[in-house]
Amino acid sequence: MSIKKFVVGCFTEEQALFSAVKKVRSTGYKIHDVYTPMPIHGLDKAMGLRDTSLHTAGFIYGITGTTTALSGIGWIFTSDWPLNFGGKPHFALPAWIPITFELTVLFASVGMVLTFCYLCQMAPFVKKHHFHLRSTDDLFVMVLECTPTSDEAEMSTFLNGLGAKEINVQEAETGWWLGRYDRNTQPFEKKTASTLA
Amino acid sequence: MSLRENFETPSQYKTWSYVLMGAGALAVIAGYLFYGSSQDQDKITHFWSALLQNGVYFLLVLNAAMFFFAATTLAWGGWQISFRRVTEAISACVIPIGAITFVILLAIVFGHRSYIYEWLDHDLVARDEVLKGKSGFLNPGFFIVWSILTIGLWTLFGLKLRSISREIDDKPLSIEEGRKYIFKNTVWAAVYIFWFALTVASVTPWLWLMSINAHWFSTMYSWYTFASSFVAGVALITLFVIYLKNLGYLEFTNEEHLHDLGKFQFAFSIFWTYLWFSQFMLIWYANISEETIYFRTRFEGPYQGLFYLNLVINFLAPLLIFMSRNSKRNYAVVTFMSVALLFGHWIDFYQMIFGSTLPKGVPMNLLDFGIAAGFIGLIMWNVARVLGKYPLIPVNHPFLKESIIHHT
Repeated sequence: MSIKKFVVGCFTEEQALFSAVKKVRSTGYKIHDVYTPMPIHGLDKAMGLRDTSLHTAGFIYGITGTTTALSGIGWIFTSDWPLNFGGKPHFALPAWIPITFELTVLFASVGMVLTFCYLCQMAPFVKKHHFHLRSTDDLFVMVLECTPTSDEAEMSTFLNGLGAKEINVQEAETGWWLGRYDRNTQPFEKKTASTLA
Repeated sequence: MSLRENFETPSQYKTWSYVLMGAGALAVIAGYLFYGSSQDQDKITHFWSALLQNGVYFLLVLNAAMFFFAATTLAWGGWQISFRRVTEAISACVIPIGAITFVILLAIVFGHRSYIYEWLDHDLVARDEVLKGKSGFLNPGFFIVWSILTIGLWTLFGLKLRSISREIDDKPLSIEEGRKYIFKNTVWAAVYIFWFALTVASVTPWLWLMSINAHWFSTMYSWYTFASSFVAGVALITLFVIYLKNLGYLEFTNEEHLHDLGKFQFAFSIFWTYLWFSQFMLIWYANISEETIYFRTRFEGPYQGLFYLNLVINFLAPLLIFMSRNSKRNYAVVTFMSVALLFGHWIDFYQMIFGSTLPKGVPMNLLDFGIAAGFIGLIMWNVARVLGKYPLIPVNHPFLKESIIHHT
């Protein structure tokens, strides 16, 4: 966790954003992230992000659920506490399938939600920096990360040339801290260059 | 970009379709001589069961292609437009295969082949209370009338839907005309789907397949048959799309569309399993002999091997292979799975029919594969013929752009 300096460009058009991402990458600036009000098809590919491994995690949670259900029910009904249900065999596989299915879904869904929260660093009482509040409303916000050698003025002009309607420079904490999302904007004593625009 | 508009059948493809049709004709003739007119009752039953299985299976698979484009039209889907003509060409085969299947059904009913449909036996019906009670439904008159209505209306609605699709080939539409065109498409697709629901999703499989065991019934049966034929139908569409793509046609179709076709196969394989299991588990759990009789030959008898093979090909294989995104976007994997699913659901129909007509053993031999080869050859020949007649891409369709920029 560290405080870094960012140049933030806000776009009002989805189309402008796409070509901007391409040009920013070919020029060599580092994109910290792009915040959009809705999911945009193909933006992850344009930004060069790798595929998420969330589905692999989901598969592992799923087969864990299958194994838990089958071994749990199998052990209970055949050796731990065998009961006679209407003359059915103790090892009554077809009757277990619905529960096995449910447990597979339960493990996969709960596991994936928790993993998703972990990957996105979301939890109750966890606060992250918002670069622009309107990125949840109608603005497409592209955040460029500054390196020690980069020139913010030049980056701002570049973003302006790409069609960004609003550009500012922010110093922000990249990690999370304990606090509430609607207040506690200052993680530490040190004042950042800008808070909410 | 210039589009290759019309499909020209490669000579090798044509040769293959003739060879397969020849093999099929040979199988039917040889089957009639050595099986159909044999003294051995099991051989006669085998011959007519094989004809019934292949006819009904391929007819339902082809009709599923028509259901595919009607359902996507009704849902205002745009992504399928770039290869929609392929599904239309496949659905055009409902006419010849429907005629053949209808002749097979007529031959079974008018030949009083009660070893296929036990309700054709008058003496048995007269002394059997259950069959007597069902005789208002299970009688030759109703069977034939409903079969004519089924196949006839599929043919008519298919002709109408395909002619609507072709009428914009030479005239670009304005936005207002486009709206009217889409509405007209939607209405006719809805009419077809309504009839589809009354046939494939309810009455027709009861008559054609479930009445082989006239005492037994399952409320899942028609949906189960529908799911089986729809998976195989999407697999057939996928195979033709990949074949045309390999030859350089269908310029606007890419792995995004392939991905969605793979998703359809994956999703409906799971749906098939859901219905398969719902039917099996309720009967297994209730354990009433009137109901378990159906699974007697399949779950414990000689059809046990096919019973598990059915589950492996049609459930485990698509579940594990199609789960990952990369495999659904890989042409080789999707081709392999499409062939496997077409075969797997052929096996499914095989055990549905032969498990009831010939419960003593699995008589599968060259006769079954020969007749299947004939149907495959006829489908290949007819699809290529229809594809060659009209442009492959409906360039004036209002949703074509949606298909070009489609992104999964």
